[in-house]
Amino acid sequence: ILHYQVEPNATIGEIKSMFHKSHPQFYPTRQSIRLDAKGKSLKDEDVLQHLPVGTTATFYFRDLGAQISWVTVFLTEYTGPLVIYLMFYFRVPFIYAPKYDFTTSKHWVVHLACMCHSFHYVKRLLETLFVHRFSHGTMPLRNIFKNCTYYWGFAAWMAYYINHPLYTPPIYGEQQIRLALILFLVRIFLSLNLYCSKTRKIPYPTKNPFTWIFLLVSCPNYTYELGSWLGFTLMTQCLPVAFFTVVGFVQMTVWAKGKHRSYLKEFRDYPPLRSPILPFVL
Amino acid sequence: MSAAAPGTSKTGHSDVVQKKKKGPGALATAYLVIYNVVMTAGWLVIAVGLVRAYLARGSYHGLYYSIEKPLKFFQTGALLEILHCAVGIVPSSVVLTGFQVMSRVFLTWAVTHSVREVQSEDSVLLFVTAWTVTEIIRYSFYTFSLLNHLPYLIKWARYTFFFALYPMGVTGELLTIYAALPFVQKTGLYSITLPNKYNFSFDYYTFLILTMISYIPLPPEKRTNALWKEQRKACRHSEYPSQR
Repeated sequence: ILHYQVEPNATIGEIKSMFHKSHPQFYPTRQSIRLDAKGKSLKDEDVLQHLPVGTTATFYFRDLGAQISWVTVFLTEYTGPLVIYLMFYFRVPFIYAPKYDFTTSKHWVVHLACMCHSFHYVKRLLETLFVHRFSHGTMPLRNIFKNCTYYWGFAAWMAYYINHPLYTPPIYGEQQIRLALILFLVRIFLSLNLYCSKTRKIPYPTKNPFTWIFLLVSCPNYTYELGSWLGFTLMTQCLPVAFFTVVGFVQMTVWAKGKHRSYLKEFRDYPPLRSPILPFVL
Repeated sequence: MSAAAPGTSKTGHSDVVQKKKKGPGALATAYLVIYNVVMTAGWLVIAVGLVRAYLARGSYHGLYYSIEKPLKFFQTGALLEILHCAVGIVPSSVVLTGFQVMSRVFLTWAVTHSVREVQSEDSVLLFVTAWTVTEIIRYSFYTFSLLNHLPYLIKWARYTFFFALYPMGVTGELLTIYAALPFVQKTGLYSITLPNKYNFSFDYYTFLILTMISYIPLPPEKRTNALWKEQRKACRHSEYPSQR
């Protein structure tokens, strides 16, 4: 049990720094301070005098484990697939039979797929660096291993087949590829208008047609993500890509439902027509 | 003002709540008793079948064929246990139970049944015997536990025989998979090659090798850990021990 003497207008963040000084191994982002042993963590910005405490306050500490910043995780997660896919695309040695080293595929859809895939991850990297603002600065260290295994593993699995010398292009040829490409590009244009502000307001559709998706869906970013991977599946006609799309869809649905629920809790006048991820369906 | 020391303290309240946790309802208990009795009987049938076949033939080779059908039936029936966990009438993890049952079902169908040439191997007898003895003890253990009359002998048998039966079973299983390898490679069983219109491939031979490798780090730690946890639990709550 530790005792600290602080001013009433001290913040949780300041208390965390004090705790860090006496326990150097628990840097502030690793600390979870709460009023109740099983309660929610308090935010760094919370001020003491606004909390339900008297002249003395008892806090519980929980170690969140080694932390890593979200930005680092996202950058690693997204750079991996970008690089890995290109390695398969350029047929770096030891992947396929030696006679295929550094050759290029004769199917133009393979080149198109590479461009789309690479563009997708470059866009995500740029978003991470310049657009997104994250609610928690860090996450537990083990997440980076879990996430990277997922992204990198699937990227390698997909890229292996798409760039394989024995790759079979889509059965409906040109038409199929064109449709897929349209799906893919449409999603990009639509999502460019999604970058909304951090303020906790319900996003509403405006005169701008690109925001009309908000009429139907709470998390259009996930809807568009699904759209673009469906497009990619169609374009490459590759079963591993379909698996990746399905797994991603399941995960995003879980996230979308969670977000939708928290929106419903937070805003009492939330538009009832909206669904989490798929209009009217899910 | 003060801040509490690291680590949260469990209050007395939560301990009381845990002791009052109920087992499954009366209907579920009745169903589980029937299930476990049926499974005990089933594996006894297999045991008797093995002994009779041995006595009739005079040798222990090729006994698989005499108990093939009940083995498949009762081992596959164990899939219900995953459902029991999912529904909640059994307080075990769905993932753990699923993993264990699926690995048994995999060996029964995807290896022994599918690769005819290994059915006459002695390694099959090895794991079938291990499974039979283990399951008879395990299902009778659950039956008696559910009826709150667990004879010490069965509990003792379960935790002691494990040390012989588990390595026996693992050895039998690994040797059987190993024996199946050349046939799988030759016939390309369950494998898909390129090129194909789905741009997908699967090599069952490699998959089997990976399965064999996965036996090494995973099972011993998991099984002994699970058993140890159970022993501790069984001492504390004698009313309803966990399944695994």
